[in-house]
Amino acid sequence: MSLLDSSLWEVIKASLSPDIWKDLWGPIGETLYMTVVSSLIMLVFGLLIGILLTVTNPDGLVPLKASYTVSGWIINCLRSLPQMIMIILMIPVARLIFGKAYGTNACIIAIAASCIPMYARIVESSLLEIEKGKIEAAQAIGSNNLSIVFKILLPETLPSLIRGFTVSVISVLSMTALAGMFGAGGIGDIAVRYGYQRFQHDRLFACVYILIILVQLIQGIGNLVSKQILKTRNLI
Amino acid sequence: MKMTAYLKINDLHKSFYPHGKTLKVLDGIDLEVEKGEIFGIIGFSGAGKSTLARCINRLETSDSGSIELGGTDILKLSKSELLKERHRIGMIFQNFNLFDSMTVYQNIAYPLQQARVPKAQIKERVLETSELVGLTDKLKVHPGALSGGQKQRVGIARAIVTNPDFIISDEATSALDPQTTIQILDLLKEINRKSGITILMITHELDAIRYICNRMAVLEEGKITESGLVRDIFENPNSKTGELFAKVFRLLQSVELTQGGGI
Ligand SMILES: Nc1ncnc2c1ncn2[C@@H]1O[C@H](COP(=O)(O)OP(=O)(O)O)[C@@H](O)[C@H]1O
Ligand SMILES: [Mg+2]
Repeated sequence: MSLLDSSLWEVIKASLSPDIWKDLWGPIGETLYMTVVSSLIMLVFGLLIGILLTVTNPDGLVPLKASYTVSGWIINCLRSLPQMIMIILMIPVARLIFGKAYGTNACIIAIAASCIPMYARIVESSLLEIEKGKIEAAQAIGSNNLSIVFKILLPETLPSLIRGFTVSVISVLSMTALAGMFGAGGIGDIAVRYGYQRFQHDRLFACVYILIILVQLIQGIGNLVSKQILKTRNLI
Repeated sequence: MKMTAYLKINDLHKSFYPHGKTLKVLDGIDLEVEKGEIFGIIGFSGAGKSTLARCINRLETSDSGSIELGGTDILKLSKSELLKERHRIGMIFQNFNLFDSMTVYQNIAYPLQQARVPKAQIKERVLETSELVGLTDKLKVHPGALSGGQKQRVGIARAIVTNPDFIISDEATSALDPQTTIQILDLLKEINRKSGITILMITHELDAIRYICNRMAVLEEGKITESGLVRDIFENPNSKTGELFAKVFRLLQSVELTQGGGI
């Protein structure tokens, strides 16, 4: 049903009908799969790079000015690439790994590559929030740098890290919709194929509902978990 | 009775270079602290007290001079030796610097874990120490649930749990109200009496020094301008800072006399 020949109200009604939703569960699964896998890859590499940035910061535990400057510069370059260009750039990489340049798994590479630099910066800014005094206390106690990172730095900033991860997962979700245009399947694919190419606005609307619900869900869970941690620590 | 110097600092220099300018923060510090005493260092804000404290356990790298602590040449230690040495130096901070992610128990146990003390002994030591500082009923809560005075008790427990020979207290009571200050000073006194631990009390509060220290030094613009018995310095100050503190001291005394109040 299209807005070109039906009223808004009729399109909304149609967008809620079982006929439309029965074709949506598969794409929802694909979107969730892409979001979860990309987010996990982003989490691992983003954390790692974020920690390295924080540690090698000129004011950090192991100041390495040259390495910090160079990696910061590379991250900024990667971050200045629009997501769509990142997807195009990653096509050969995906072909190398999966043997084909399109599909869900190929797009996961592009999504992770695009979101890792962003998440690394978010991790860095969370880690820099720690009170300097806590690091100092840990050093005065005689902790080595590995203990300081894993027993002090990460646990102390955990609520902020979780909030940053929540925001980043939402970015990943929105990028999966974009990846739909490049053969990744999922909600984005439905929106483009039916909503854009065939003017089936009822299906487009349904896609919008799903994205709204997913974003609310992710944000809600993130807020809840980080709040619960702050509560346990008696900080709120 | 002849005592032996536990901390010996000789001609210590430290400069910072903020925005290309040279800032001489420690300009030839000489200091001797006897074993088992509570030695006070007083000075105004910005005098270099914290920098001096941080040079002793090498949180800050000094430019020249020597620091000897219990016969160990601190500045000659390798990195790994330094980490071990730090297990024998406790440090207490103005802002407590407790770990919010850990419970009080975990905060106190942390230095023991870092010193690779066996698990069974850790529990024993934490319970012993928490009893000494009066925190046995708070072990399961996080520092966020504690008052300032209780937080500093955790800070003190964390500093003494490894049985160090030396404690650096950098403004340990400066964030506390007068009543709590007295309780914390009493606690430090008791710990000093019971275990003979040497304490370097760095503060800008003359009351704290007067209450707990026998000997003291005045730090002024990166130099020790006078040192000796607390009583002598208050009665007969020979430096600008000493005079100012003595003047404030007399002023407070007259207020106390007229109002009948204590600190
Ligand atoms: N890392 C640093 N870089 C630049 N200047 C510093 C640094 N640490 C301390 N200073 C400066 O050194 C002086 C002494 O500081 P500090 O030792 O903290 O004094 P105090 O503890 O007596 O108040 C201050 O002027 C302070 O601004
Ligand atoms: Mg200070």
